[in-house]
Amino acid sequence: MNLFNIINEIEKVDPDFKDKISPRRDAIKNITSFGSKVALAALPMAVSTIFNKAKAQSSPGTSRSVTEVLNFALQLEYFEAYFYNKGNGMSGFIPASSAYYFTVAGTQENDHVTFLQSVLGSSASTANASYDLTAGGTFSDVLTNFATYLAVAQVVEDTGVRAYKGQAPYLLGNQVVLSAALSIHAVEARHASALRSLRGISSWIDSTQANSNDTGIGAAVDGNYGGATPENNVVQGPVTITSLPSIESSSSTNFTVAAAAFDEPLTTSEVAALVLPFGVTVS
Amino acid sequence: MKTETQTNNGNVNMARRSFLRYAGAGVAGVGLLAAASCHKDHTVTPNGTVDVGTGDTGILNYAYALEQLEAAFYTQVVKTPYSGISTAELTNLTAIRDHEVCHREFFKAALGSSAIIGLTVDFSSIDFTSRSAVLGAAKTFEDLGVTAYDGVGYKIANVAYLGFAGAIVSVEARHAAYISDLISPGSFSPSAQVSATTGLNITNTPPTVLAAANTYLKTKVTFNSFTA
Repeated sequence: MNLFNIINEIEKVDPDFKDKISPRRDAIKNITSFGSKVALAALPMAVSTIFNKAKAQSSPGTSRSVTEVLNFALQLEYFEAYFYNKGNGMSGFIPASSAYYFTVAGTQENDHVTFLQSVLGSSASTANASYDLTAGGTFSDVLTNFATYLAVAQVVEDTGVRAYKGQAPYLLGNQVVLSAALSIHAVEARHASALRSLRGISSWIDSTQANSNDTGIGAAVDGNYGGATPENNVVQGPVTITSLPSIESSSSTNFTVAAAAFDEPLTTSEVAALVLPFGVTVS
Repeated sequence: MKTETQTNNGNVNMARRSFLRYAGAGVAGVGLLAAASCHKDHTVTPNGTVDVGTGDTGILNYAYALEQLEAAFYTQVVKTPYSGISTAELTNLTAIRDHEVCHREFFKAALGSSAIIGLTVDFSSIDFTSRSAVLGAAKTFEDLGVTAYDGVGYKIANVAYLGFAGAIVSVEARHAAYISDLISPGSFSPSAQVSATTGLNITNTPPTVLAAANTYLKTKVTFNSFTA
């Protein structure tokens, strides 16, 4: 992502933009990549100004505003950050062999919160006052049994991947916000991959024809892997993936491979229903 | 060891059959296939360079090129496993191979007659007997794939194609994390790929991605129409 180009884009719709940010323009010019080089904290005014311009754009073909999408993401990130902060804060709860994984994931979820808050500025929604990590008792030992905590972490991350994916269409063509959302989405997938490995299952979702849920956690999380476009979907647009050539066959692909090769989205309302038991409210 | 292979072993008849099959595949496919069959806007120049074309077709061909590279790489990895490979590693690298072949064949089918040619790869710089060399190259390809999809997503005009990219990029990120963690446990989301400030994965533009990818390709790929 190139901030200088973004400024040029903004100037097309707002000719005065250059003047508005001129005191900081030289500093911005030297930035070539958000991911590796922007110290967001160092440029709070300029960056939030740019993002405010970007999020003021309408979402093509939909009625969902960019601000709504970003606040949806922020509410999920508040919960994820809370989830990790809680476990990481309990001395001795997370085994030493896994501790670093949770530290990294937790740090990055807190970074996502800070990032989204910066982007949203005064439009940022606030975190809920409390969360229920047991999800209404479904995971009653989540804070006393590390295996449960790890399983819930994995489900939360896999669900986060699907949630971001489901919001992408609302950001079609939005260089700044779509790129940022996709970049967070990839990090959620990195977390999910590692947590699944810690649980001794595939880093990707190995659904079968009978069951999208490959976690071994049980039916309680079927919805996190199901939905209108479940993880065991094998039709992408006009292409039936199981009918594609593979290493083994010129006219078929193994079902689990076909399902695992593509992650699937969740709709806004599906995510809302899945996270509500944790005390998370999104819309 | 044979390190230079044609990435697509499907013959012309196969390609033709695929096209015919998908040509009848329903309403969702019509837009893409109509676009695909009306203009062939990618070109192969005499010096062996292939350009991916323009617009969404260009982006899909760009993805197709990267998936061809990944599929060819893992096909070789599984064919000639590095010394000391564990059962779990071979199982997972085989799964990744199958995913990448699946991605390659998906783009080939979706693009129909607008698909670029099968690329010839050049893996002469990779020692396939060495675990560290293979996993290092795998990490390069996976990280590159993630930054490529996320870096070009905003240029996609058709929301269905954005869906394809989104469905694939998180699988690439899962692969990237798995490979990275094999090389160095705990490095599933490393600071070289994920900003320590924002928690965002880095992105790359097609010119940057292709410069890296072309070092492993005999058939060089360009995306001349791309502007940020």
